[in-house]
Amino acid sequence: MSAVLVDIANLSIAFPTRQGLSLAVREVSLTLGVEKLGIVGESGSGKSLTARSILRLLPPNAVVTAERISFDGIDVMRAGETELRAIRGRRAGLILQDPKFSLNPVMTAGDQIAEAWRAHRKGTWRQARQAALDLLAQVQIRDPGRVAGSYPHELSGGMGQRVMIAMMLAPDPELLIADEPTSALDATVQAEILRLLEDLVSRRGMGLILISHDLPLVSHFCDRVVVMYAGRIVEELRASDLASAQHPYTRGLLDCMPTLTKPKPRLPVMVRDPAWLA
Amino acid sequence: MSSAAVSLRDWLLTDTPASQSQAAWGRRYRLWRDFRANPLAMGGLIVVTILVLAAGAAPLLARADPSAQDLANRLAAPSAAHWFGTDELGRDVFSRLLYGGRITLGMVIAVVLMVAPVGLAIGCVAGYAGGVLDRVLMRVTDVFLAFPRLILALAFVAAIKPGVSSAIFAIALTAWPPYARLARAETMTIRGTDFIAATRLTGASATRIVFLHITPLCLPSLVVRVTLDMSSIILTAASLGFLGMGAQPPSPEWGAMIATARRFILEQWWVPTIPGIAIFVASLAFNLLGDGLRDVLDPKQR
Amino acid sequence: MIEVTGLHVRFEGVHAVNDVSFAVPRGSSFGIVGESGSGKSTVLRAFSGLNPDWTGTMRLAGMTLGRQREKQFFRRVQMVFQDPYGSLHPRQTVDRALSEPLLVHGIGDIEARILRALAEVALPPSVRFRYPHELSGGQRQRVAIARALMAEPEVLLLDEPTSALDVSVQAEVLNLLADLQQRRGLTYLMVSHNLAVVAHLCPMIGVMLGGEMVEQLSADDLRNNRIAHPHTAALRALSTELEGP
Repeated sequence: MSAVLVDIANLSIAFPTRQGLSLAVREVSLTLGVEKLGIVGESGSGKSLTARSILRLLPPNAVVTAERISFDGIDVMRAGETELRAIRGRRAGLILQDPKFSLNPVMTAGDQIAEAWRAHRKGTWRQARQAALDLLAQVQIRDPGRVAGSYPHELSGGMGQRVMIAMMLAPDPELLIADEPTSALDATVQAEILRLLEDLVSRRGMGLILISHDLPLVSHFCDRVVVMYAGRIVEELRASDLASAQHPYTRGLLDCMPTLTKPKPRLPVMVRDPAWLA
Repeated sequence: MSSAAVSLRDWLLTDTPASQSQAAWGRRYRLWRDFRANPLAMGGLIVVTILVLAAGAAPLLARADPSAQDLANRLAAPSAAHWFGTDELGRDVFSRLLYGGRITLGMVIAVVLMVAPVGLAIGCVAGYAGGVLDRVLMRVTDVFLAFPRLILALAFVAAIKPGVSSAIFAIALTAWPPYARLARAETMTIRGTDFIAATRLTGASATRIVFLHITPLCLPSLVVRVTLDMSSIILTAASLGFLGMGAQPPSPEWGAMIATARRFILEQWWVPTIPGIAIFVASLAFNLLGDGLRDVLDPKQR
Repeated sequence: MIEVTGLHVRFEGVHAVNDVSFAVPRGSSFGIVGESGSGKSTVLRAFSGLNPDWTGTMRLAGMTLGRQREKQFFRRVQMVFQDPYGSLHPRQTVDRALSEPLLVHGIGDIEARILRALAEVALPPSVRFRYPHELSGGQRQRVAIARALMAEPEVLLLDEPTSALDVSVQAEVLNLLADLQQRRGLTYLMVSHNLAVVAHLCPMIGVMLGGEMVEQLSADDLRNNRIAHPHTAALRALSTELEGP
């Protein structure tokens, strides 16, 4: 019986606009144990906001209402900044899409990982640097010494993401949230990074939330998948059951992709039923 | 709010504009709304507007002829007859201030009108062309940039005859390089974008690309820089006037007013101080305006 | 329509493309697949004239291309870029962006042509005077395609046209591109890292690795695993492994 890492009940996030409050996330509930959960949806479906609400990393003008947002039993909504800071980075890490924007351009990769390690564990700089090299090896970088001494702009996209992952794993967290971690990478590197994540998460007994707009890709690397549309969860299923998806939106997402094995002369286009917004 | 005003606002803010001009005006209105939300910037704008209007309407607002001397009444304190008192030759300080404003603001505007387009053109051309042309233009820019503004202005003005037009020209000579630098830096960033590549692929000539596509994108930073520069140009013009190298007596230029009255600072303090306050207020107002413009123009478009 | 022989291209000091040759018949599509750094986009940029640092022979409809491109070339060949936001001028409305090719080439009847272009890419006339930041990613890409079509070209160079789009929007844009090709008899040269997308639109595919074109095969051969080069096989295996049910 896996411990419940994340428990979200009836989460709604709204933003003030000139016409009143606009809901970006509507009454979303989900739980996560020590497993890999994929959240799939198009741009604007609310998937990123939902995941970030676990760490309360939302824009300041967001209006959040929920019955419960808890991380390992801690009530995130009512927690103070100090408690949250103990969670963010140390117990839960966040990986974003483009390492160019999430890595500090004026520090070497090794220094950044070492700093992340030292921020959450006690130790000397030397220990931190050694830990950084270990972590780089763990993310399957063949030449950790060279990469540790490189600056982010000298690294390829895939390498940069590995560095990001190493940084996030430095404090040995229990949860990893990956927000479109491979959308900026090409197919081969995408698969490598996701395999790496899958492997690390399984070995360390961590929970993983993988956010993406690519349903087949996510279902390949996760245990469970949640499909979001216009702020709502429209379907929740085990990754192995993807073929028997019920909701027309999920089916639409699956059908509209071109495949090598089943060529379609014309790609079926998603017909959006306004009933899905209800 | 009247229904006409409401419908004008709706017309401006609609998300389906029906014409190019409606779209453009809608954008300007949104910028204006963001600017209006900044109280300091609005303060700067109001003060600048008042100064410009007052200077423009000087003949109407002045209570007396700025060169009319009244030696019996020299160095009079501020009173109902002379709102800011009289100077060492009995001239009404308030009227001199207004007419002086014409000179100072006029100089500033003249400098900016000469300097901004030239700097923009040189910078954009250098940034887009690259290579030898870029290097040559930048070295020329460096030469002018290396001169301290006031000293070059002094030397220039001393070589020709002192006066307002020499001062304008002298200040302009040292004021243009930063704009060229700024425009060049922006152009070099913009040059590599996909939309400029797409424009090159329409077969457009380099001139067309630089002046129709790149220059409009450099304008926001340029406008901000110009506004912030205005305060420093005011100070330079006033300094030249103070040193006797700008407007010549009996011209009521603010800097000259301070120079000729500075020996009265202890007892009849209003005579040199009030023009000093005017310079300070003008300078500060332009600074606040420039800051407000930068907040509104820069982050949005990037 | 397009013939490339022995192409070598230098990009940012690197020998990015090494002895690449291929041909595309009129009205057909040729897809170039490869990973980042394989040189596939560089081939496109060299053909379009954006990168003049190349040697070899490139021919358009039998006419050999030189280092510089004339205006006439741009009436026949146009390009659609990967990033829909980056490829539209941020301060120009859709209308202004679409009229630019017409103004440059001195083509008249601007109003009618713009309306027709918007209709052809299934954009409502209400977007005509919007700015790029007021459009969605899919809408921007349609505007980019409409812009490319304004001068009535015969060849479209597509640089990862759907990589930055959501899958549902990608399907719409791919369908649009297929329709346009059929209606106008366009020739496509498409670059992508997504094998399934390329195989969907292009009957002939070239695979690039490290600047070289290691294999050319038909989409049919690719689907049925009649592959010669191991890299192609690896790409195909990856693509089929990650496909949906």
